[in-house]
Amino acid sequence: MSVEAHPGPLQNMSLAMRAWNIRRKALLMGEVQGQGYIGQALGVADMLAVSYFHALDYRADDPEWEGRDRFYLSIGHYAIALYAVLMEAGILPEEELETYGMDDSRMPMSGMASYTPGMEITGGSLGQGLGIAVGAALGLKRKKSPAFVYNLMSDGELGEGSTWEAVMSGVQWQLDNLICIVDFNNQQADGPSRNALAVGAEAPKWAAFGWYAQEVDGNDIKALVAAFDAARALKDPRPRVIICNSTMCKGIDFLEQREMSHFIRVEADEWTKALTVLEEGKPE
Amino acid sequence: MTRASMARKYEPRKAPAKKIATSAMIASLAAEGYDTVSAPFGEALVQAARKDDRIVGLSADLSKYTDLHIFAQAMPDRFYQMGMAEQLLMSAAAGMAREGFIPIATTYAVFASRRAYDFIAMAIAEENLPVKIVCALPGLTTGYGPSHQATEDLAIFRGLPNMVLIDPCDACDVAGMVPEMLAHDGPVYARLLRGKVPTVLTRHKPDYKFQLGRAQMIREGRDVLVVSSGIMTMRALDAAERLAADNVDVAVLHVPTIKPLDVSTIVAAAREGGRLVVTAENHTVNGGLGEAVARELMLAGVHVPFRMIGLPDEFLEAGALPTLHDMYGLSVARVADQIKSWL
Repeated sequence: MSVEAHPGPLQNMSLAMRAWNIRRKALLMGEVQGQGYIGQALGVADMLAVSYFHALDYRADDPEWEGRDRFYLSIGHYAIALYAVLMEAGILPEEELETYGMDDSRMPMSGMASYTPGMEITGGSLGQGLGIAVGAALGLKRKKSPAFVYNLMSDGELGEGSTWEAVMSGVQWQLDNLICIVDFNNQQADGPSRNALAVGAEAPKWAAFGWYAQEVDGNDIKALVAAFDAARALKDPRPRVIICNSTMCKGIDFLEQREMSHFIRVEADEWTKALTVLEEGKPE
Repeated sequence: MTRASMARKYEPRKAPAKKIATSAMIASLAAEGYDTVSAPFGEALVQAARKDDRIVGLSADLSKYTDLHIFAQAMPDRFYQMGMAEQLLMSAAAGMAREGFIPIATTYAVFASRRAYDFIAMAIAEENLPVKIVCALPGLTTGYGPSHQATEDLAIFRGLPNMVLIDPCDACDVAGMVPEMLAHDGPVYARLLRGKVPTVLTRHKPDYKFQLGRAQMIREGRDVLVVSSGIMTMRALDAAERLAADNVDVAVLHVPTIKPLDVSTIVAAAREGGRLVVTAENHTVNGGLGEAVARELMLAGVHVPFRMIGLPDEFLEAGALPTLHDMYGLSVARVADQIKSWL
């Protein structure tokens, strides 16, 4: 597996610009529905930009290409963010953006494999993605495929026991083709994750289980690139995790300052305001 | 300690013919007078796997107790010991199926149906992946008590779209279901009989062969139609021989596939000759074969006398299996008595 940038279209666009585009598309989808997990989408945009435009190997015109790196969205409610990056990558047509969450759309509110090209698994029942990723990583090894399996999960999923079954299994089977990305925004349905079960020292915990664990600022593109590169280049026969400390609503200051919650309330007139704020911060 | 334990007294049963103890979990299912086959599932799986290298086996620390160790020994590089982690077992099987393999995942029926249900539902069934879940200790086949007695597994899985459910009777069924479930392109939940498994069906019907989705008449009879699955077909056949001595003529329709149900065969048999229809299942009477058959007869407008043999809506006692089968109505004698009492 090469660690060169993905040779897709518009190769010269910066990762910051990609992240900006992802945020913009997510806001446009949120505006369509008047709701959505926009806080998470804005927070995870940089991780998705680095995943799809730096790390992953895939073919936009053939989402099922056997040689692709698998990207699992364990957190089904982050679908709005994944649709944005799939459009940005040319896997989903941008014309469908306005169908988000509508009847008959290929982009339902929670991500499902049977609806959307590029959506590998049906997430949403939290704590399942990493276990499925373990099986896929085992399968790829059986096939002697050089592809990686990426699993994007949330800090809330650290509370699920099944996550830790998979954590142990990844080490047991020496899955050096498994990369787990934890979006740590410290926010779950009832409040801060650190007040629930994700009490802290996440990277040391994974490291103690035997994973190659890195902890980075999940909204710092340079740091993310370095972490993804290190995760892919590591020669040790063990799975890799990148704990990404992120900020909900990143990039839209008036939303960032709003009292945090799992499901951010955005008033009808605020979508346009958010897009205006985003426009002002457009990268060069 | 609960109030129930405080109230419980040790009162030896009256004059037991011989002392019987709770058998070990690995004990085979007793069926008097029948030949047995050793580990028919493991052997059939090895045969199938020699012809298809997509087949892999996974277990959650119960390969020896599900006869998967036969496969593990024959093909060690295709066996995955997932550890005592049933949620992982099912998710990882789903992941391997996504990559083009046909995973066989084995554990006990209680752990698959209760502990790993959400993982089977969402990671496997919702995506219609060809994972074959094969589980030992179905219904009341152990005396270890409710922690190991999967008395409601079929009720749980009947509600799950895409799932095919198999409840085999004997070694012919267990060996026969293996190639058929592998050929089915979707998820399967199969109850397993392991260890020394009796050969029953071919003795009563020499040309019997398991067919997925098909109910088959094993024995004809004018007075009573028993519609049964799993080990209860074995019990029904033995009970029918006893009842024949009392001039009661019992037909036995074996329904090893619980879902999809062979509705046309069942309805046609029930329509015939105004017989008493009795369902018999090694499962709670809630949500299993009996209720499924009742529904189909109602929908088809077949109005016949109808009775159900099955486990009560209770957490069952611990003890020796023959004692428990007698206590809960699954023994040959109790099946025969119940049918007689309804005539």
